[in-house]
Amino acid sequence: MSGTVNVRLNVNGVEHELEVEPRLLLVHALRDQLGLTGTHVGCDTSNCGACTVHLNGDAVKSCTILAVQAEGEQVTTIEGMGTEDNLHPMQEAFWNNHGLQCGYCTPGMIMAASALLTENPDPSEDEVRHALEGNLCRCTGYHNIVKAVLDAASKSSAPEVSV
Amino acid sequence: MIPAAFEYRAPETLEEVIRELQENGDDAKLLAGGHSLIPLMKLRLATPALLVDIRKLPGLHGVERQDGHWRVGALTPHVVLEKSPAVGVVSTVAGTIADPQVRNRGTIGGSLAHGDPASDLPAAMLITEGEVTLQGPNGQRTVAAADLFQDYLETALEPEEVLTEVRFSALDGYGYGYEKFNRRSEDWAMVAVSAVARVSEGRFEDVRVGLTNMASTPRRATAVEQALRGQAASVESIAAAAEQAAEGTTPPADLNASADYKRHLARVLCRRALTTAAGL
Amino acid sequence: MSVTDHAPAGRHVGRVMRRKEDPRLITGQARYIDDISLPGTLWASLVRSPEAHAKIVSVDVSEAAARPGVRAVYTGEDMADLGGPLPMAWAPPGVEVANPEHWPLARGTVNHVGDPVAVVIGEDRYAVADAAEDVIVEYDPLPVIVDPEKALQDGADAVHESLGHNKVHEWSLGGGDVEAALADADVIVERRVVNHRIAGAPIEPRGVLADYRAGSLTLWTSTQVPHFVRLFMALLLGLSEDHVRVIAPEVGGGFGSKLQVYGEELLACWASRKLGRPVKWIETRTENMATTHQGRDQIAYTKMGAKRDGTITAFHVKIVADFGAYNMLLTPLIPSLGAFVMGGCYKIPNVQTDIVGVFTNKVPTDAIRGAGRPEATHMLELTLDAMAHELGMDRLEIRRKNFIPAEDFPAAVATGVIYDSGDYDKTLDKLLEHFDVEAFRREQEEQRASGIYRGVGFCTYTEICGLAPSRVTGPAGVGVQAGLWESAMVRVHNTGAVTVYTGTSPHGQGLDTAMAQIVADKLGVDPAVVEVVHGDTATGPEGRGTYGSRSLATGGEAVARATDKVATKAKAIVAAELEAAPEDIEVSGDRFSVRGSPDKGMALADIAGIAYIGAVPEGLEPGLEETTFYDPENFVFPFGAHACVVDVDPETGKVKVIRYVAVDDCGRAINPMLIEGQVHGGVVYGIGQALYERVHYDEEGQLVTGTFVDYALPTAAELPSLETDRTETPSPVNSMGVKGVGEAGTIAASAAVTSAVIDALRPLGVEFINMPLSPMRVWEAIAEAKGGAA
Repeated sequence: MSGTVNVRLNVNGVEHELEVEPRLLLVHALRDQLGLTGTHVGCDTSNCGACTVHLNGDAVKSCTILAVQAEGEQVTTIEGMGTEDNLHPMQEAFWNNHGLQCGYCTPGMIMAASALLTENPDPSEDEVRHALEGNLCRCTGYHNIVKAVLDAASKSSAPEVSV
Repeated sequence: MIPAAFEYRAPETLEEVIRELQENGDDAKLLAGGHSLIPLMKLRLATPALLVDIRKLPGLHGVERQDGHWRVGALTPHVVLEKSPAVGVVSTVAGTIADPQVRNRGTIGGSLAHGDPASDLPAAMLITEGEVTLQGPNGQRTVAAADLFQDYLETALEPEEVLTEVRFSALDGYGYGYEKFNRRSEDWAMVAVSAVARVSEGRFEDVRVGLTNMASTPRRATAVEQALRGQAASVESIAAAAEQAAEGTTPPADLNASADYKRHLARVLCRRALTTAAGL
Repeated sequence: MSVTDHAPAGRHVGRVMRRKEDPRLITGQARYIDDISLPGTLWASLVRSPEAHAKIVSVDVSEAAARPGVRAVYTGEDMADLGGPLPMAWAPPGVEVANPEHWPLARGTVNHVGDPVAVVIGEDRYAVADAAEDVIVEYDPLPVIVDPEKALQDGADAVHESLGHNKVHEWSLGGGDVEAALADADVIVERRVVNHRIAGAPIEPRGVLADYRAGSLTLWTSTQVPHFVRLFMALLLGLSEDHVRVIAPEVGGGFGSKLQVYGEELLACWASRKLGRPVKWIETRTENMATTHQGRDQIAYTKMGAKRDGTITAFHVKIVADFGAYNMLLTPLIPSLGAFVMGGCYKIPNVQTDIVGVFTNKVPTDAIRGAGRPEATHMLELTLDAMAHELGMDRLEIRRKNFIPAEDFPAAVATGVIYDSGDYDKTLDKLLEHFDVEAFRREQEEQRASGIYRGVGFCTYTEICGLAPSRVTGPAGVGVQAGLWESAMVRVHNTGAVTVYTGTSPHGQGLDTAMAQIVADKLGVDPAVVEVVHGDTATGPEGRGTYGSRSLATGGEAVARATDKVATKAKAIVAAELEAAPEDIEVSGDRFSVRGSPDKGMALADIAGIAYIGAVPEGLEPGLEETTFYDPENFVFPFGAHACVVDVDPETGKVKVIRYVAVDDCGRAINPMLIEGQVHGGVVYGIGQALYERVHYDEEGQLVTGTFVDYALPTAAELPSLETDRTETPSPVNSMGVKGVGEAGTIAASAAVTSAVIDALRPLGVEFINMPLSPMRVWEAIAEAKGGAA
């Protein structure tokens, strides 16, 4: 055994100091140590994207990052996006457009989709589809997920009315 | 899903990194973005005793134009290249790697050091006069991409060396094309062909074609290149030359593609990539 | 979904409503199995066979057991106190089903890659993963049986030596006289249709958490059927059923793969009792691909006879069904479900399906989305296409000609079932409103000129769902050892809030919302105050779970009936209060009121107040709560017409779906948005099988497609947006006129896609092609049709 090391992480705006084995995956640090179980694990080969979180604002797969690699960085999980009373526009869009069924891939989808809109606030359908190529869904056929992302984009990029 | 236990160090200087590698030999693995290594460790196909993380090393990030070349720090993630269209063919190629999350973390240095012939970047390095800077106990050396990839997952890197920088020609005045064939857009290439061409007065002045996943290392389609140099840049000349795209290749067969099918794909994709590169 | 020509049936029923389930799911607050932990939980990791078929010579657990943090290592021999092997719940009268023992941990031999040999139990997830690597198993390889047809040959090696052969059973279903009809036919076409093996692949793998304490067992498990699991845990562990509680928490997809009683469920419960600690096991994806039951894997020999005018007179199918290494809960039943609808939506007087089940050294097969019906539809539709081609008829014309006419319903068909309702011309007409065949043919010509081979495929289908009338499926019918009725309990609380307990166990279908809509209309309340509870055997009546597109047609109908009982009692209370006759009380808006005097009325909260104070009319009990067990009279038979357009790159063989139009009829809509979502997912499930997904074992029985790298689920980038529409032909089977829709898209899609590819490639001489339509296979088919080797 190789002992443990200390890692500082800022997760959803809160500083944490964790004692971890170096091999601890970021997703397990979030889920098992911090109790943030909204980030899911759906595969072991970095394909499904259920574990997608933001690392310094970029969408990443937290199953393919060691907790120690995220030392000192800012992590945002689905729990940091919005609450039931104060939903993030992407969460709202998934709800309004029936963009989820079993919900297991949903947090990862929302994280990937919201990162897309940060980069590209007005994507085409094709751009949305390619931006989600790292996230698998088995329920929705992606139709309503894509619709939700386009809906969120149209709402956030709607021109403001000038007075 | 769970890697075997290992020790972990994240030195702040290159000297320390090299010393760790020297002291630990084959037990140590260098960790950059980790997007080649960690998946293997999770399936326990790789079980290093020590990971030496180079994320704290200064100066390994960024894309910079210099003397007709592009210099890219080894820790530069694929997404940075993808979003730098001025870089040309390498930017296009980087934009097809896996998926956005992987491109945000995977690095050019890690990808080249891994030496997977199915990866997108290695063949692109072959056609852009790519070279890598390796830092070791005895100082620095430069290795051309053509010499870097030695066999399946085997490169010219010595165990105690660190790949710090990648350099490739900007190929000003060249057109380019990249044809990646896979089942799903997030997959590795079943076969991919990258091509660059400089056409002057309707003739190919220079043509270079890279083949991905057609052998245990990335390859150049030299027969195609030779056939076209100096020839008229036409749909017909390209079609004729592309028939030689698979010459001398030994593509690995798998469930989804026999060797014959891969050779066939190489010919088709070569024609298409060249057609784009020639602006036809 | 563009239009439907039907007005909503109620204030809430028939209307789009956002899902009640979603707030917890979109904020990461839902609790799936791996999100649940108990103090003192131990983790389990299984040691699985790398061999496809081998004798276990020895298992050395000493090194693993000695590792820090390891509490126990068990092998099959340690579990000798189990009450029996894992269950197979199908035993039709008069049919012999070979059923070798199947244990949670292998005893003596392993029969497929991934078969569990030992379990390591210890203090944390990482420690047991390490220790499992240290269990040393010595294997003595046995001959490996992979090809199901070779497995049936005389002298073939046997998967189960004690059995001596690989045949599981033979079962036939049909009506009329196919032999005579084929002999009389003007034209006969035959096909060998391979429906390859696929994985259920919910994005959440399986997982269990078992806690045995103080004589009672609680099992959390990612399942579609908590009550079945409870029954078998009680039976196999020698516990009284009332001391076993099974909870399906939030379940991240099932698609049939969680309609099962799995060894890991039993193992975790057994170990928790043995160790006095909670025991948790979470499946990895690699384990999921190698151990969770899979689906399809049938080779069918079809033979269709027709008159020269296109009238289909006979359809005879012989199916070799690869069951893998063991029978699981319903394994041998699955091809039979397809046999019921082997005549599809056509009036074919002579239909017969002959099934033979076969053991091979692979993961067992069982129900996966559609379960037998996608296979039946695929073979029927593609054989029908071939017949049309043979006769020089248009593919839609031959369908129209043979449709069971709308006036024939309810329609008794040759396979012995009665289709409840249907209007197949109507769905096809509607499809053609969206899809202009003539325009497509022009476009196809134009594309071909530019080197793209475009094709259209059609599928007109009906299916059998709403499982199920116990008299048909139960022990006296086709032989499932359980009635497949459904229960519901509706409880109105003091305040007028309502809790509905359903025996179904939905996991993404949106039943919380649909059932709330049903109840809200019947009780004059807002769906927001109707809580739907499911998946916990301790909270409601015995139930049967979610599968076979049954949750609305059986579970929803049970809810409707229980709610009707509540409403009847509420009306009696209102009638007494308002001095009116109970039959004059109706629900109007948010009140129970006297017919014709909407101002005279009471809200449910007021009625509940009276019910719980006990001031009820004489002859009524206090309280406001009712239970129903609903056993349907018949199945329901959804139907539809789908069109798929593909582009094929003839040089590479790559197929891309560029358009998909689905018109489905699942009876009355409760929430059109949910129907649309089910169709989307179902269609893509079928597209996935047709073009991308394939479980493959090599000749040594090694699983080649063991991860999501190799088992290619389609992503958003491979797919187009889908066009959907509906017609509404109510089912007479239940009071709401509803049918199921969870599997319909899947049942139609693989045939539509394959038909489109064949249509695209006909100019190149390709007459037929089997799935999966991978680029290489399509390229080979083109090369073969051109007469050269690929």
